[in-house]
Amino acid sequence: MNNEQPLVVRLLKGFGMFWWDFLVGDTPELFVAALVIIGAVSLLSEAWHANTAAVIVLPVLAVAALTISVKRASDGAKRK
Amino acid sequence: MFATTVSSGVVVLVGAVFLACAVEMVEALTIVFAVGHTRGWRSAFEGVAVALLALAALVAAFGPALVHVPLTTLRLIIGGVLLIFGMQWLRKAILRSSGLKAKHDEDAIYQETVRELQSATPGTGRDRIAFVMAFKGVFLEGLEVVITVLTLGTSAHRLGLAAIVATIAVVLVGIIGVVVAKQLSAVPENAMKMSVGVLLVSYGTFWVGEGLKVRWPGNDSFLVAFVGIYAVVCWILITMIKPRTSSSSVKVGA
Repeated sequence: MNNEQPLVVRLLKGFGMFWWDFLVGDTPELFVAALVIIGAVSLLSEAWHANTAAVIVLPVLAVAALTISVKRASDGAKRK
Repeated sequence: MFATTVSSGVVVLVGAVFLACAVEMVEALTIVFAVGHTRGWRSAFEGVAVALLALAALVAAFGPALVHVPLTTLRLIIGGVLLIFGMQWLRKAILRSSGLKAKHDEDAIYQETVRELQSATPGTGRDRIAFVMAFKGVFLEGLEVVITVLTLGTSAHRLGLAAIVATIAVVLVGIIGVVVAKQLSAVPENAMKMSVGVLLVSYGTFWVGEGLKVRWPGNDSFLVAFVGIYAVVCWILITMIKPRTSSSSVKVGA
């Protein structure tokens, strides 16, 4: 039973659930996209020292992620 | 004439914090009004007070701790969070603007909350349901305010300014809310959410870059370029996905 769990466990669970809903929720593609963006820009900037490429790639990937997510939602809505 | 120069970063910070806090305050106030009008103001105010105390405790616990995290790491983590959070807000606002998702209707939320509260039988003594409803409304919306203020404020090294702007937004919306009673549906919430989304994604992009040691052309000024780029992208996306006829408009889940 949920109420039988110690308060600390319930608080930790609640905290974890909040962050899961906050960051992943119903748009896991945006969460994954943010990780990809960080990985790609990290490679460009810190490993390959390609600053100009990083300046361009970061917003381009963010726009691409937003476009894909919006397009998926709109296609789903139009199919209904 | 003002002799001081205000950097573009500060302008974006003030705008983002003010709009985000105002939007969240409108949502919290709608629930509190519904609780107060339906079940009485005592339990509603008690719920609000306990929620504010809990939020203050969170700020006291995490605020000073954030200051000790190295700035580069802090900016990368916060940038990532803002990027995700901002894209989520933008996605919703774009779908709402294009008519593919129902607009956030404060009147409908108010009516739904009132119905929910009326169907529950009041107990003796403290009205537990009213208390919990008011507490949850204020705490959950307030948590988003706290996260916005702490993340934007600490990363920009302007936590004091962010807190002052947030307080002004909350007090202002509170006063307007009380004056216009419960007519919060008149607030252009979707347009505000769109603006906040653009600002959060701009900050997110900027700080992820800073956290990964990307050198932006023009430093802080590049933030303004991001605001412009993302605003144009939103407009293009809305135009792209807008159904041709109003009869074909459908709604997706929340």
